[in-house]
Amino acid sequence: MTTIEKPVSTPGPAGGGPGYQEEILTGCDAVAQSLRLLDVDVLAGYPIRPYDAVMATVAKMIANGEMDAEFIIADSEHSQFEIGKHASLVGARSFIGSSGVGWMYGMEALVVTSSLRLPVVALVGNRALDDPGAFGVEHNDALMVRDTGWLLYWVETAQEALDMTLMAYRVAEDHRVMLPCALSMDGAFLTHSQHVVQVPGKAAVERFVPQYDLGDRRLHPDNPISVAPQFNEDWVMEARRQSDAAMRRVPGVIEEAAAEFKEVFGRGPEDPFVEAYMMQDAEYALVGMGTVGMVGKVAVDQMRAQGKKVGFLRVKWFRPFPASRLRSLLGGLKGIGVIDRDYSFGSNAWGGVLYTEVAAALYASGSRPVVVPFIAGLGGREVSVQNMVEIQGVVEQHIASQPAEVDCHWIGVREHVGKGGER
Amino acid sequence: MAVGSVDVTYRGIFQKSLASVITKALVKAARHEHKIGGTVQRYSDSPERNGIPAKQFAVIADEETSLRVEMAKYEPDTVVATCVLDDTLVKGLESWAWYGVQAVNASLSPGGVLLVVSERPIEELADWMPRADFDWRLAVLSRKTSFAGLWVYNDDGTDMEVLGALSRVTGGLVALESLVATAAAGSDAARRAELLESGFSSVQVAPISAGVGREWPYETPALPAWDEMGEGVAIRGVPKGERNMLFQKFTTRTARPVVDFDRCVRCQICYTVCPDEAFDPTPSGHYAVDYGHCCGCGICANACPVEGCIEMVDELAFSDNSDLHRIYEADPEGYGNLRQAALATAGGPVRHYGIF
Repeated sequence: MTTIEKPVSTPGPAGGGPGYQEEILTGCDAVAQSLRLLDVDVLAGYPIRPYDAVMATVAKMIANGEMDAEFIIADSEHSQFEIGKHASLVGARSFIGSSGVGWMYGMEALVVTSSLRLPVVALVGNRALDDPGAFGVEHNDALMVRDTGWLLYWVETAQEALDMTLMAYRVAEDHRVMLPCALSMDGAFLTHSQHVVQVPGKAAVERFVPQYDLGDRRLHPDNPISVAPQFNEDWVMEARRQSDAAMRRVPGVIEEAAAEFKEVFGRGPEDPFVEAYMMQDAEYALVGMGTVGMVGKVAVDQMRAQGKKVGFLRVKWFRPFPASRLRSLLGGLKGIGVIDRDYSFGSNAWGGVLYTEVAAALYASGSRPVVVPFIAGLGGREVSVQNMVEIQGVVEQHIASQPAEVDCHWIGVREHVGKGGER
Repeated sequence: MAVGSVDVTYRGIFQKSLASVITKALVKAARHEHKIGGTVQRYSDSPERNGIPAKQFAVIADEETSLRVEMAKYEPDTVVATCVLDDTLVKGLESWAWYGVQAVNASLSPGGVLLVVSERPIEELADWMPRADFDWRLAVLSRKTSFAGLWVYNDDGTDMEVLGALSRVTGGLVALESLVATAAAGSDAARRAELLESGFSSVQVAPISAGVGREWPYETPALPAWDEMGEGVAIRGVPKGERNMLFQKFTTRTARPVVDFDRCVRCQICYTVCPDEAFDPTPSGHYAVDYGHCCGCGICANACPVEGCIEMVDELAFSDNSDLHRIYEADPEGYGNLRQAALATAGGPVRHYGIF
């Protein structure tokens, strides 16, 4: 049915491609290394924690002569994203990024980047939206572009951050796609934690990611084009349908790129869309995105030791959403707990965004499993192994008690026990 | 009749308020008769450029269901009357929001009536009418075209006269008494009632048979399917020396610049100031107006330093957009006669024009 990925506690000696070396890097450093290897032409930046660590690393690399790029510090995220968009439109490989409300502030520039079909790559260091100005991780910032034609990926480790930066450019710049891609990285837990990372050599990267080429939109005096004219009801649907068609082509492009990644670098995941941990004989699954997977897999090991057939399924690509992969991996299970590190106040079952998407995907499954929504780890609160075990307990209890309504559970929130009654 | 619409066609921005007042008054009068109604402003025509053809329509229905079907549309289906607030619109309509030049009577239903506000004789207007494949009627309310300035409303009584005429020519889509009764609720009731009566009694009507009229020369461009379009909201540029033929915007024009090439000093000012780059350089050093792309703003005539060299002449003095400079080159004297004849037809150049 499915392939089990074994956890890798240390990177193996093999792989990394020709000329690779091992380094200790944060998630942000790992992205910066990829930007250097990809010879990115234009980087636009505006500082906000925690994404801005990538700015510092890139600035250092440019100052040290290790990287040659235009690094433009804008006056705001809105300008930053516009710079990235315009650079991309004149043929420069460009990079942008932000966190929390910074990402939100540039939203107008983000939506035009995808509607103009420009393969800008962004790093979103996930951060809680203001107020109260917390630095910690929530996924709501990156999720705000989920309906707009951005590709969205959630990384778990620094190695994955490095690899997926390469993959993001490869997929986004593919002529069948030409859509922007945002890599989401949990603030603090990955942006600022150091991991052992294999950094590949430049020749291998150049083999994997060809030169950026705008095709028939290339900037040249012999190729006069007009970009972004205003149009109305007699053209808009056709333009939207084009973006839809491009998004539908992405899974095929990802598969192709993932196969070639393995060929070039000698490593890479079995399944590029989701990470299915101990799912082969699982009766239950916990589902989440980002660093919650690290804890989730440990919890699964512990519960397996007690004889519970639990697996962890980490959603990696969120756009396009791997609905058919989820149906084949989760359909027919007894129960599923979806852990959202985000909120969508007032939504279905009062749950989060990932829950709504997973539940909708499984509605089309032949045997619909029980899916229970959970919200955990908001504002950078830690999600513990114990929390995961607790979640599994609630799922089992839900199946046993068969309540009339599905209702989201908040995990790790302080509650005044005596009061009770109200969710 | 369950539902009937009145399509009001007007010159963008200058007549926007007038169109709105007329359509709203129709609905108010219909309410007086215990009918239901609403109006639809062609939102995508907005923001309206000076003079660009635009539309607003009123729907009057006996009950809610028929109304609902008509309201969520850009073009109503059952148009019992089209009202044309500026007679130069008879040459065709092209809003900036759609493609292709529409005939002024294109939305009319069989048996419907086209009401034109114009001081021209009904026979002259009938001569401009595009042919339809059903019998219909042309009506004229003899009145000077009402142009208000930018944003403001010119309360010169046109609204009431048009409403009175509409009541008559639609055979009582709304009754004159209902219009008078609703007008009585506002200020200046006696004057308004008088104007309603005058519009009702003075409107002239001429029947037009199926197949009679001009052959429509414009084709609506076919729009590409989504998988035929360039991606990324990018369109091919117009090649050097060519013009955009998809949108020529000449139907915005109520008067056109006509050049007396004998007086022209070849100073290039018209060529430089034209916001639409409608002047083409010629080997003789003159600048020829491309009347397909001239929107008749009058900026060239205002900027021309030579007295009487560029004059704005009523659009209905010309039947098409042919290149006048070419006529001049072939036969300067013949061109001079043609120019004089057009000025005579138009009763001289237009002096107060557009924003000047």
